[in-house]
Amino acid sequence: MNFSPVNIMGTMPEIYLTVLGSLLFLMEPFVPAKKRSLLGIFAIFALIFAMIATFGLNGKGLPLYQGLYIVDPFSNFFKVVIYLGTILTILFSLPYLEKEEIHVGEYYGFLLFAAVGMMIMVSAGDLITLFLGIELMSLCFYVLVGLKRNSHRSVEASFKYFLLGAFAAAIFLYGVSLLYGASGTETLSGLAQFISNPGALRPMVFAGMILTMVGFAFKVSAAPFHMWTPDVYEGAPTVVTGFMASVGKVAAFGVFLRVFWVAFSANRDHWSLLIVLAAILSMIVGNIVALVQTNIKRMLAYSSIGHAGYAVIALLNPSRESLFALMFYMFTYLFMTLGAFGIILILRRKGVEGEEISDFVGLNKKNPLAAFLMLVFMFSLAGIPPFGGFLAKFYIFMAAVHAGYTWLAVVGVLLSAVGAYYYIRVVMAMYMKDPVEAVEFSPNRMEGMALFVTAAMTVILGIFPLPFVHYIETSLAILVP
Amino acid sequence: MTFLSVPILTFLIFFPVVASLLLLPFYKRTGTDGAVKWIALGITVIEFLLSLSLLIGNNPHLYQMQFVENHLWIPFGNIHYALGIDGISLVLIVMTTFLMPMTVLTSWVGISKNIPLFMINILVLEGAMIGVFCATDFVLFYVFWEAMLIPMYLIIGVWGGPNRIYAAIKFFLYTLAGSLLLLVAIIALYFVGGHTFDITRLSGQHYGMTFQILAFLAMFVAFAVKIPMFPFHTWLPDAHVEAPTAGSVILASIMLKMGAYGFLRFSLPMFPDASRFFTPFMLTLSVIAIIWGAFMALAQEDMKKLIAYSSVSHMGVVTLGIFVANVQGIEGALMQMLNHGITTGALFLCIGVLYDRSHSRLLSEYGGLAKQMPVYSTLLVIFALSSLALPGTNSFVGEFLVLIGSFKTHAVVSSLATTGVILSAMYLLYMLSRVVWGVYTPKNYAMPDLHSYEWGSLLPLVVMVIVIGLLPNPVLSLFHQSVAHLVGQMQPVPMASLH
Repeated sequence: MNFSPVNIMGTMPEIYLTVLGSLLFLMEPFVPAKKRSLLGIFAIFALIFAMIATFGLNGKGLPLYQGLYIVDPFSNFFKVVIYLGTILTILFSLPYLEKEEIHVGEYYGFLLFAAVGMMIMVSAGDLITLFLGIELMSLCFYVLVGLKRNSHRSVEASFKYFLLGAFAAAIFLYGVSLLYGASGTETLSGLAQFISNPGALRPMVFAGMILTMVGFAFKVSAAPFHMWTPDVYEGAPTVVTGFMASVGKVAAFGVFLRVFWVAFSANRDHWSLLIVLAAILSMIVGNIVALVQTNIKRMLAYSSIGHAGYAVIALLNPSRESLFALMFYMFTYLFMTLGAFGIILILRRKGVEGEEISDFVGLNKKNPLAAFLMLVFMFSLAGIPPFGGFLAKFYIFMAAVHAGYTWLAVVGVLLSAVGAYYYIRVVMAMYMKDPVEAVEFSPNRMEGMALFVTAAMTVILGIFPLPFVHYIETSLAILVP
Repeated sequence: MTFLSVPILTFLIFFPVVASLLLLPFYKRTGTDGAVKWIALGITVIEFLLSLSLLIGNNPHLYQMQFVENHLWIPFGNIHYALGIDGISLVLIVMTTFLMPMTVLTSWVGISKNIPLFMINILVLEGAMIGVFCATDFVLFYVFWEAMLIPMYLIIGVWGGPNRIYAAIKFFLYTLAGSLLLLVAIIALYFVGGHTFDITRLSGQHYGMTFQILAFLAMFVAFAVKIPMFPFHTWLPDAHVEAPTAGSVILASIMLKMGAYGFLRFSLPMFPDASRFFTPFMLTLSVIAIIWGAFMALAQEDMKKLIAYSSVSHMGVVTLGIFVANVQGIEGALMQMLNHGITTGALFLCIGVLYDRSHSRLLSEYGGLAKQMPVYSTLLVIFALSSLALPGTNSFVGEFLVLIGSFKTHAVVSSLATTGVILSAMYLLYMLSRVVWGVYTPKNYAMPDLHSYEWGSLLPLVVMVIVIGLLPNPVLSLFHQSVAHLVGQMQPVPMASLH
């Protein structure tokens, strides 16, 4: 491995975050319990610092460390999304952790390390690097999910997630080893070369490909590898759920797309059927099972499975349309999901979880602003204009039609009509029923800021997405043939 | 083109939306409801006066889009913020802005809780509805088309009757499910029609027959749910019965027209061959709607349900006129759309007047109102007569044109549709005989005659009923060119020009 200045410069953002994250762990014992929020602010500055470094790298597109690591506009886009999502998560965390009495300094360190793991994932040019990224992210997640040590649900969720996650990692790794055994390489470009020659399509390659797909499907919680999602989302502290559901998923989609488009694009015909199946299954499971949920975190978990179903449609055909669709979808999805979880965690107070849909009853009477923001997030998640969620779905369906899967788009729209029901059920509870008991909604300044950003972005992405569309278009360049 | 160098269509769409922000400071205050109502009324009246500038600036001799605005909205996918109107959209926009002050007036006492939010919903809805009629970019159209659902969902669900939540959800899901197929059709058109969402450029191309048929069917579902055509109408009675009066008026008078507008603006000019292919099917559904809706209306005890089913019947006349696809038929359909907007809106307002007094809409609760409320009864009779298409009233013009237009080509269908006129006389006169005549049965509530705000909402409609009934030509001339052009687009392509 060659540690030339070019290579080191290219990975500066990751290095910053690793160093500053480690610093956080060292600082933690010296910061009094009352002033823990300073650590959060430190973490925010670390992320902003890394974001500036990433912007400095834009447009280079070089493979670093002999192709093990790729810094291109595509990965930079995902990194910016990761920074934004992590910053918003931290803003939501500060008061929430106090309320839950789990305000430990390590929390921020784990968040930063998870972010580094995701950054490595989206930049990986090699399956081993990729695996390191995935594991770094997942290990942080296991800890974060179990943060509420006194809560059975939290510990159970953490344990479940750990077992299943380890299992998925093993499957993924097995797939990688099969691919390596068949081709003698594990860089993405090497695999691409190997697979494009017609003699290469041996059962071993297929098995390897399918097993890696299982690993990714687990990470993006696409059916039929979604079983962990509802339990983990429900048990984890809400702010961690929001983080996993938004940022974690975005990063996983980034790497899913890169591996399948770069390494496996030559035998697209062989895996596209599997993607179609995963898409249909996820949309069905997500949208239909969500209908009967009474816990809003579980409902959003199924909704996120459904959203994964829509997003994987964009993987079917390597084209500008698909790539744009996926990136726009992820960008919009981040804000609306984080916002929805933000409202839930602000409703949390002593004694009441604020997690049942019935806790939202009559919210409009008590706090019209909170109700309106939730309405925006719900309608956006349901894909109703004029919110960002509509354009996101629109581009996904456009990608599907462009790829020749019009029928899949039809299935998708029909299921999203089914899915609309459970989102408007929340709106119904907030607006159309009278409150049974007082609902308290008093965001502090940080939460207010994060809510404002997420809501404003959800609306802007639906009404005036021009600047973001430009930004995404400039990030398209590298991957598309 | 703009009017007095102001982008008037943008202004018409966003003025009510932005002006509705004025009501935000009144949120959760007590004792300011009067001010809120007056502000909302002011905004809708100003909007109406502004929309009259369209009538002045419009050139009725052109079939092209006028007052055109076009800006790139989202570069990826070539989506434009494109507005423009022709004669067809013009009348519908003016009808919309004309009816909106009435919906505010009818809510004067009818709405008692959370008035600022209600008025904000009404105003946002008005903007979105005008947007639907103005948009000449398909994605923009779709955005407005679906954005309407949100305020309407809230209007039915928050301020509706006892079963409002069921009705609101049914309304929302039916319409959404229908429209989503339209979305797929729009996307498919983009790729087939040369990477554009421009409605004018997508029209008049000749797509392959299979594509035409599939896309026509996808759009058919969206528009048929909205109109609603038989058998997609089951959401309508529920929504009407539960919605507050203002909601019913907006639904019946304006939102139902959007389905018909969709057929005229998209299905006919984009898929002329498929439209011809499906004509027998569409005419059959129309006739079923006319007769079946009328029979259902006959059996209703609830007045709102009665009028709701009569809407199904009257909108059957509209689709009949559209799909006979000649100039009389389509002009008649447009007249019928306009008149149905005025007359049915007025009838819902009349029912609202009674409901505000007695909180009942059952026919059996009333009788002999002619003695107690003579002015009201007179107006109700006028509107009912208009609804049954008595010559001299507005509806006669439209139905007559449709029947003439359809008789030329489809005599049997036309004759069957005529029975709808007779049936509508039956249910409306039956309703009148129960409510207006008969013996006055004093109940434990006072039935004073019209209040000033009710005068304000009903009088302009009476004037329109009679003026359009006697002088339909100025209205017809507004959209004559557009309709003639549309019919021209519908003609089969001569074989010679294909080679």
